Amino acid sequence: MIKEIALIIVSVVFVNNFVLSKFLGLCPFLGVSQKTSSAVGMGAAVTFVMTLSSAITWIVYNYVLLPGDVNIIAKVFPSIRELGLIDVLKTISYILVIATLVQFVEMMLRKMVPTLYESLGIYLPLITTNCAVLGVALLNTTDSPTQLGFLQATVQGFGAGIGFTIAMLLMSGIRERLALVNIPQPLRGVPIAFICTGLMALAFFGFSGMVQ
Amino acid sequence: MTEQTKLREFTKGIFEYNPMFVLVLGICPSLAVTTSVKNGLAMGGAATFVLVCSNLIISILRAYIPREIRIPCFIVVIAAFVTMVELLMKAYLPPELNASLGIFIPLIVVNCIIMYRAESFAYKNKPLASVLDGAGLGLGWTLSLCLISSIRELLGEGTLFGLKISETYQPASVMIMAPGAFIVLGLLLGFFNWRKLRKSEKSMKEFMKHD
Repeated sequence: MIKEIALIIVSVVFVNNFVLSKFLGLCPFLGVSQKTSSAVGMGAAVTFVMTLSSAITWIVYNYVLLPGDVNIIAKVFPSIRELGLIDVLKTISYILVIATLVQFVEMMLRKMVPTLYESLGIYLPLITTNCAVLGVALLNTTDSPTQLGFLQATVQGFGAGIGFTIAMLLMSGIRERLALVNIPQPLRGVPIAFICTGLMALAFFGFSGMVQ
Repeated sequence: MTEQTKLREFTKGIFEYNPMFVLVLGICPSLAVTTSVKNGLAMGGAATFVLVCSNLIISILRAYIPREIRIPCFIVVIAAFVTMVELLMKAYLPPELNASLGIFIPLIVVNCIIMYRAESFAYKNKPLASVLDGAGLGLGWTLSLCLISSIRELLGEGTLFGLKISETYQPASVMIMAPGAFIVLGLLLGFFNWRKLRKSEKSMKEFMKHD
């Protein structure tokens, strides 16, 4: 059990890093990685939302969307038992779960940890449209070769958040240095950031094959 | 609305407001699916459909959507069209194309371009203008996807649209993997910046001459 969870974490943090090998969450990755402090804040908020949303979307997928006897809605409307709601409601229900969760986290933080809320302030609402959050929910429930359990799905969400944070931290370190270097005029800003990301992805490529 | 403003609403999305190279929006799917021109075209088509339809519906409903909850309303409209396009593609496109686009079709929901146009154009403008705006930006995005994917397919596989270009070329497969995607996009952005800088320098020189 512990070995399996460790494998999931290593795989999703290093081998299949969401930013560097799956191209998920690039907008905040480039937008918020100019300073190390904001990169850490954004990473923490994303990790939190990702973990919770993986857990909740797993429950929604298994008990609301999938056809079968465990479907909660089928208890009220028996005709749903055969087909389930998986084809028509998956995307909408996931994005609504994530949007609600982000709103909830925002309110909770404002009430309970005002200092953290102040420092994350503007980044929180942005998480709704971070494609890494929706991406991990979709990958947890569809794209995997074997159906993940509740614990595995949650751990995968947590690991993906950690991987995102690590990539952002590395990038913010590089970009803080880049600000001091003489770069050809046309490449300044976003273009050089992309080229650096490419080189980082090349380095992370070394991890591939570590986990089957 | 005159013929000319209509044309402008449409063409601004291709050059002046090109989503990829000027606004730098919607980069996640554009890097993930551009391993071949076919994938790029399919993704561009799907996103354009969603962009046009969601712009139309949002601009029709704009009087009824309260400002405070506009973002959730936009997301629900967009998600509905994304579900439609997902089911349509499953029904009519070859399965291997669907498999290679994978989760990036449902991820159109969180594509920044669509949200950006809903927020800054469709919510403030008439339906016809919004449709033209959506079509223009969608076309601009599709064209940029084609550009990136043709470069990556050519260098990484030695093919274009699946046709072999040269017998002797050794494909550099790093180009169709993650690092190649980042580097190609970075260099392309640099190239467009360089052109823009050169243009402004030229006009500066002209200006000095007249002076």
